[in-house]
Order: sequence, then C-alpha cells, then structure tokens
Amino acid sequence: MPILQKSQADRSATFAFWAFVTPALLGLTVFTLVPIVWGFLLSLSHAQNTIHPGHFIGFRNYADLLTDEAFLKSLVTIFVFALFIVPLTFAVSLGLALLVNKIGWGRSFFRTVFFIPSAVSYVVASLIWKVSLFNGLPFGFVNHIIGLFGAHPVAWIGTAHPPWYWLVLVTVRLWLQVGFFMIIFLAGLQEIPKSLYEAAAVDGAPSGWPVLRYITLPQLKATSVSVLLLNLIAAFQAFDEFYNILGGSGASIGNASLARPPLVYLYSLALSNQDFGRGAAGGFILTALIFAVTLLQGRIFGFGGSEK
Amino acid sequence: MRRNSVSLLQPAASAAEWHGSRRDFLRGVTVAAGALLVGCGHSDVPGARVTLTQWYHQYGEKGTQEAVVRYAKAYTALHPDVAIQVVWVPGDYGTKLSTALLTRGGPDIFEGQITKPMVTAEQVAPLDDLFPPAVRSDFSARDLAQNSVDGKIYGLKMLDDTGILYYRKSLLKAAGIAPPKTMNELIAAAKALTAGNRKGLFLGNDGGVAALINVAPWSAGGDFLVDNKIVFNTPQVASAYEKMRELSDSGALLIGAPTDWWEADALVQGQAAMQWGGLWSYPTIAKALGDDIGGMAWPALDAAGHPATFLGGWSAMVNAQGRHIEESKKYLQWLWIDGLKIQEDWCLGYGFHVPPRLSLARSAAPLQIGVAANAVKDLNIWGRSLPPEWNSAMGTALADAVTNILKEGRPAAPELATAARKCERELSRLLE
Repeated sequence: MPILQKSQADRSATFAFWAFVTPALLGLTVFTLVPIVWGFLLSLSHAQNTIHPGHFIGFRNYADLLTDEAFLKSLVTIFVFALFIVPLTFAVSLGLALLVNKIGWGRSFFRTVFFIPSAVSYVVASLIWKVSLFNGLPFGFVNHIIGLFGAHPVAWIGTAHPPWYWLVLVTVRLWLQVGFFMIIFLAGLQEIPKSLYEAAAVDGAPSGWPVLRYITLPQLKATSVSVLLLNLIAAFQAFDEFYNILGGSGASIGNASLARPPLVYLYSLALSNQDFGRGAAGGFILTALIFAVTLLQGRIFGFGGSEK
Repeated sequence: MRRNSVSLLQPAASAAEWHGSRRDFLRGVTVAAGALLVGCGHSDVPGARVTLTQWYHQYGEKGTQEAVVRYAKAYTALHPDVAIQVVWVPGDYGTKLSTALLTRGGPDIFEGQITKPMVTAEQVAPLDDLFPPAVRSDFSARDLAQNSVDGKIYGLKMLDDTGILYYRKSLLKAAGIAPPKTMNELIAAAKALTAGNRKGLFLGNDGGVAALINVAPWSAGGDFLVDNKIVFNTPQVASAYEKMRELSDSGALLIGAPTDWWEADALVQGQAAMQWGGLWSYPTIAKALGDDIGGMAWPALDAAGHPATFLGGWSAMVNAQGRHIEESKKYLQWLWIDGLKIQEDWCLGYGFHVPPRLSLARSAAPLQIGVAANAVKDLNIWGRSLPPEWNSAMGTALADAVTNILKEGRPAAPELATAARKCERELSRLLE
C-alpha cells in the first residue's frame, strides 16, 4: 500500500504546514492586514474622537496634510536628520567593524562592549542624554567638562541659535545604533574570502588603503546597501528621542516645535487631538515616502538587481 | 500550574511525554492569555451590585492618591452596593484617557478638561441635573463656562489652579529692585538677578513658550478664540510675543533644568531668583524658603496692559458610554457637591488649589493670607482660560508660531497670520 502511505504522509505534511503557518498567518492578519485596511478606511474619513470609519470625505485628509505647513516642515526635518545620521552611522559602524575585525585578542570582548548600547531602550537613553549628560545647569556632565576649560554652561536643549539640540539628538541615536550595524559589517567582513587578500599580497599590493579600497569595500557592497537601507528607514521612523528629549505636545511644546519629525506630529494629531482620520492619512503618506526613497536608493546602489 | 512549569523545564524523554507537555504548554498559554484578557476588562468587586471605575491623573502632591481612595471607600461604606475602583494613571494621562474613551472599556468617571469634540462624539454625559440654582450660583461663571458646551454642563470642577510669578524677596531687596509691574521691569529685574550659577528667571525648559503662550497675550489685553472666532492675529498679541522674545534674548532665563515650571525645584534650589509656577507648589515653597517668598500675577505688557494669569484645574466627568451613568452622577454629587469637607481636604490638604465652590473659597483659612490670598484675588480678577472649542491642533499651530518668534527671531505679524489661518481651518473642521 505505498500510495496510501504516501498520501498519509502528504496529509500529515499538509497538516504540519498549516499547524505551523496558521498562527503566524492569523497574527499577520489580525495585527497587520486588518489594521492596514482599517487605517486606510480611517484615512478617508472624518474621524474626530472616534476610530470608526464611516463619515467618508474622500482624500481631503491627504490634501489637508499636504498643504499643512507643520507637516511639510516635519518632512524637511526628517530629511535633514537622515542626512546627518545615515552617513555618520555608516562611517562609524564600518570603522568600528574594521577595527574590531583587525584585533587578534579580545575581539569578542570589544564586539560585546560596542553592541551593548543596542540593548538599551531609546526612552531610557534619551532621558539620560537629556537630564544627565546634556542638562543645561553648570553641574550637567557636558557643561561640567567644558567648564574645566573655562567655557560657560550651555543650554543644549531649548535654544535655536546655535541649534545644539541636533548634537543631542544625533549622538544619542549614534550611540544606540552603531553597535548593531557594526555587527552586520563584521559578519560581512568575515564573509570575504581570505584568498583575495592573499592574492593581493602575492601580487605585491601594499596593505592598508588600497586593499580597503579595492577588496574590502567592493566585497562589502551588499552589506553596505542593506545597512544604508535599514538605517534610512529607521531614521524616517524616528520618534522616541525627539519625543523624549524635545517633548511632544503640551509641557515643552516650545522645544518640540524646534525639530518635529513626522511621527511626532502625527502622534499629536491622532492621539492628543484625536483626529484619527488625518493621523492615518499621514501614516500612509509617510509609508509612500519611505517606499519611494528606498526604491530610489535601490536604483542608485543597485540593490535587488542581479549580482555582477 | 505547577505541573506545567515542571514539564516546561524538563526535557521530554519520549514522544508520549513530549506530547503531554506540549498540550500542557498550550493549556498554560491559553490560561495566561485568558488571565491577560480578564485583566483588561471590567472586574466587579464581590458583594457590590455596581462597580464604578474612576480615573485620576497622577497628582504630584504627597497623600493625594491615598485621599481619593479614602473618599471612594467612605462612599462605599455609606452605599455598600456601590464599589469604586480608583485608577491612578501616571505618564501621558490625556492620551491614555482619550484612547480609553474610544473603547467600551473606558472608565465610568474621569477627570480632565472638556473639549467640544468630546461632546460631539458623545463621550461625556450632561450633568445639568447636578446643578440646581443654589449649586449653580456657588460656582464662578468662568468655571461653568469652561465646562459647558452649547448650553449644557458636562464637567464638575474639582479644583481651580492658577499661575504665580514667585520671587525671592531677599534677592530683590539686595539688588534694590521692587517686584516688577510691567514686562520692561521684569526684564530688567531678571537681568539684575542673574549672577554666577543663578539665573534671574525660570519659565520652563522651553523658555516659557508652553507656560506663557496664553498668559503673555492676555497681559496685553489680547485673546485667542471668542464666540467661535480666532482673534489672536492682532498687533497687541504680536507685541506681547515680541516682548517675550526680548526676555528670551536677555540671557537671564534658566533653560535646561531637570524639572519644569510646574515644579518648584529651580526656585527652591536657588537655580533661579524668580519663577513662574503654580499655586499648587506654594506649600512646598513656603516650607523651604519660609518668608523669603513673594508672588504675583504675570506683569502687564505695558501701561495699557494689565496683570494676567490662567484659570486652570480639573473637572470630573461621566462617561456617556458607561454602563452606570446614574450611579456615577450620584457619586460625583456626593463627592463634590453635597459635602464641602471633601473639597476642602482635596484642595487644601496636600498642595494648594482654590476650591471651585465660592462659599468654601471665601472661608478657607489657608487662602486668606500672604501669597495665597493674593493669588486668589488675582485669579478672581484676571484669571482666564481657553474655551472648549480650542483644541490641541490649534495649540500646536500657535506654539509653532510663538517658537519661531521667540527662538528663531522671526517677525511676529506674519507668523501669527499663518497660525491664525491654520487655526481657522481647524475650527471649521471642528464645527462641521
């Protein structure tokens, strides 16, 4: 009875397939697909103090947001932020990976040390940056250090000229995410065949910059593109450090107005102001934007194309 | 549950055992999920016919949480069939509350500030029958207006708050300065009192945008939203903000302190010589600084202006989607209308707040002397608030303009024109 046995095996394989896939599929449907569809319907509704779509107003929420100075300014803010943070994270994490990869002893120690900040919550790190490191009083950590050189205490957060708050925002994210991207680069570095370096040495290539320029960096192309991509998407989704260092709506709104990324603006629009229609529309606009930038980046760096 | 945890920890020896432990595991997960779901829903207190859930934001003053639980227990002692479950909500109370009100599991009773959309969305129940003429006349017209939408009352004021410009008398005296009566005098005083590690004035870590965004224009005779019209785009309001910029640029403001304007630490710890704060902090300040403290309303913009302060505070409301509206109203009536003892304890036993009941505010001993007496007088004359039609999107639009004026140094008139245009759009959305 081999046929029967086979179909029994098939059935049990099918059963196993559904047994494993169903929970994930259910989760995906309940927590991702339904909210996306619901959110889209909300974005077409006048949903003030309600999360029930129904009072449909077409694309007015989208039109309102795209003519809203504050929302447009938030898009500019996030582009500027990405312009700072993405190249900086890329350079620092690549540099750290090269250094850690180079040392013979203590590699796993340094790898762990640099990775640990990735495990810290953005909220906690933001509060440490705000209250302890970049506190505006003379006894704040940074003010104390610059005080040793005779400088006056600086109000790091809350003044526009010069905009020191960018230093606070960029350094906290740098500290938090560099370790993670360093690990990705390290994995990439370890994938590069030793034979390439040996061949280069045999051919008499001087070690150092030429090897880095002509072997290491080209071999890291796929890794670099994914680091850039992840980094850019994370930058566009920035919320925690802005919300916790500068503030959302309310208490310190005068600081929040200085640099408000789109997610903070949409959060205050949807949750403080309870306008879920415009909040949802903003979410879709932002998604479209991230999508477009990612495609553009892929076009420029050739991500997803066939390996040459 | 004990067996489950054992089978989860020990590696399975055979397929049969593994089967059993997997089933146990699933059962455990189901029980845990069930427990979580139960935790999210309403739980009735045994013995009581009705359990009312009541939300408060986290008050900073010591003893307040114990006080509200005590009031709730006292009510249950009198009405054994009604139990009150008090929920003390830390963090972003406003967002948590409005999110809870969107669902069926929202609190029966809560505190907050009434906005028109809450009424339009039928989130709050009208409370007019708690206000017979004798009760109504014991509330100030401004407190009633703050809690009314389209002629109906939706909020029951539990406490009135107001702002005070606190100053260290000794420091002013040493510098030979009188308490400032106008903005020019305030700027001069703030500069004169800035010395060493001490700044002249603390208005909050955003340089006073959040704390004085309304108060400064009020001191120039301006206003924001009157009879469903945006009215802040005027030269008066512009000059009030430009004067605030002069104060910002003076270098005398403390910015970047660990606590904000609503707490008294900057003043008490000597980081600033003057501070804009709340009457609620007065007991803390008086305890730390004794007689060395004076207080007044925000000074007039100029000779044509007048002192200004805000009328704030919290109102109790009933969830219109709740299952026990009548019971909730009866409880609120007992809590804040029938007996004045609870209101006196609540307003004056912990921090300092002005009792909304006029009869009580007039007779309460702690409010008859010194800084507190002045604050109550100023509140009665100059206290203002924004109407329920003003929403946070308008607040954001105005704050963006004010930040541009104060911090980025942009001219006030065009900024206010932009903000007014945006607020008008928001208002028409709100009224549609």
